[in-house]
Amino acid sequence: MTGKTISEKLLSEKSGDDVRAGDYVEAEVDVMMTHDVTGPLTFEVFEDVTGDDPELVDPDNTVITIDHHAPADGVEAANNHNIVREFADEYGAQQYDVGDGICHQLLVEEGFVSPGDLVIGADSHSTTFGGVGGFGTGVGSTDLGTTLATGELWFRVPETLRFEVEGDLPDGVYAKDLILKFIGDVGFDGCTYKTAEYGGSAVEELPIHERLVLSNMAIEMGGKAGIVAPDERTVDFLEAQTGERPEIPAYTRPDDGAEYEAVHSYRAESLSPQVSTPSNPENAVPVDEVVGTEIDQLFVGTCTNGRYEDIRVVADIIEGERLAPDTRMVVVPASRSVYKQMMDTGVMETFVDAGAIVQSAGCGSCFGTHQGVLGDGDVCLATANRNFPGREGSMTSEVYLASPATVGASALYGEITDPREVELNRYDDYVLEGVGA
Amino acid sequence: MTDADAGRDIDTTEPGRAWTFGDDIDTDQIIPSRFLVSSDPAELGEHAFNDLRPEFAPNVSDGDFVVGGHNFGSGSSREHAPLSLLGAGIDGVVAQSFARIFFRNGINLGLPVLICPDADRIEDGDAISLRLAEGAVINHTADERYDADPLPEFLQTLVDRGGLEPYTRAKLGTE
Repeated sequence: MTGKTISEKLLSEKSGDDVRAGDYVEAEVDVMMTHDVTGPLTFEVFEDVTGDDPELVDPDNTVITIDHHAPADGVEAANNHNIVREFADEYGAQQYDVGDGICHQLLVEEGFVSPGDLVIGADSHSTTFGGVGGFGTGVGSTDLGTTLATGELWFRVPETLRFEVEGDLPDGVYAKDLILKFIGDVGFDGCTYKTAEYGGSAVEELPIHERLVLSNMAIEMGGKAGIVAPDERTVDFLEAQTGERPEIPAYTRPDDGAEYEAVHSYRAESLSPQVSTPSNPENAVPVDEVVGTEIDQLFVGTCTNGRYEDIRVVADIIEGERLAPDTRMVVVPASRSVYKQMMDTGVMETFVDAGAIVQSAGCGSCFGTHQGVLGDGDVCLATANRNFPGREGSMTSEVYLASPATVGASALYGEITDPREVELNRYDDYVLEGVGA
Repeated sequence: MTDADAGRDIDTTEPGRAWTFGDDIDTDQIIPSRFLVSSDPAELGEHAFNDLRPEFAPNVSDGDFVVGGHNFGSGSSREHAPLSLLGAGIDGVVAQSFARIFFRNGINLGLPVLICPDADRIEDGDAISLRLAEGAVINHTADERYDADPLPEFLQTLVDRGGLEPYTRAKLGTE
């Protein structure tokens, strides 16, 4: 018998069955999350199935955020916010409000996710939690609403694609460039129903904020989960965030000889900064193929690249400069902690002085309804995760996806610019400063 | 949510108009973000494919079908997408392949979803019907029959029980 992947081991543990890829299980879920868009439908389902005696099975691990239409961009959205608040209040769920941040960032910052946890979110980017060694996956509102009542959900045990990167990443190449490259190589549906397992020495060297990027965008190749095996850095990071040091369960490491559907191997030194052209994340090309493309708007933020370290990379590039004429830059921190850190370190001032717009924490224009939507024919370069037609506004607008470094460099010239043209920094997780990691 | 929430019975064996779409139709195309402030199937149905194909919602009839290429329903997890199709009157979705969350939302909601490698042979406007148990799509216009993947046993059980809600109510004893 061959060895097992992380997904096979974790879902065996959570279901109590000895399962392999292709099996169906009902597994115990550790953390459940929904937000102001998918929440109201989730609550209807929960109340439908629980009948006369509605009770959350695990209120301490039921998290509800207000991040998509935050602050409210209309009366209906504001009413939905009140539905979230009333539900959380009535049933004792953990609720975060307007300005607290994006659901995926909050679950990590607030210590809800530990290595080995099975986490479901009524949001497709719930794959993010693989960056701290959890099995995170996006589900619908019916899935989530029933699980709030039962604590368990059905899963098909996924096959696994392994992405191995060995060596040292060159200047200008970040986790965002890796994941755009992976998506470009396997395609927009290349990992559908499957887990992406990321490994190799270059991945092991990545700080947690960059591992989260790899996991976050697994969904952009159809992935059910995207996991980096947790290590000492993971638990150092979580301890620094919460004061508690979690264990690393044995089932979060793949067996030797685990059976992968495919292994994609890369040499780090051969990789270059990537840009995904409109209108699909799979359209990844080396940056030099699109250098010179004129940009109207730059967007720095989202659950992919809205962390402090991402924003700092951009700030370092534009510090003391002005945005290129005829461009706008919108910065949306992923959480209030990120926002605070920007204030404490002078990053906020850098953006304001450069002529950028800094908004309150949340999903921003990645949700396409507010805080900087695009008009007809507008071209945006974004640190976001999706560039579908109309994703950030008009159906005739265009979105290019890239790393914070590429967005920062491009802000100086008003056109897509190779980040290796400017001086670049790379940051370890700031919460680990002084921890001795 | 079950098919009962759409306020009508679903009968996939009755022929209906096929509305065809290409590859990689993401859920932003099925129901754009700005309409997600509602959870009402009928209201969502009025905006299904609003930007991609504005003539869809005003002209779709109860009992019609949506036909996709590869990777139908990719992107966001919004259950509003399959719900909008139920609300618009769609009786089933046939595609060459589905994105994972859309497929599971369909199963959970009781919206028939069928994987059919020959879905690209169906022309927009053809009259089609589905045979779920045996795994087949009938094209009445072209007088053709295409094989489709029958559901795995576990999923068929969920569908037979009317979706995840009735399944869960049985588990909780709240029927």
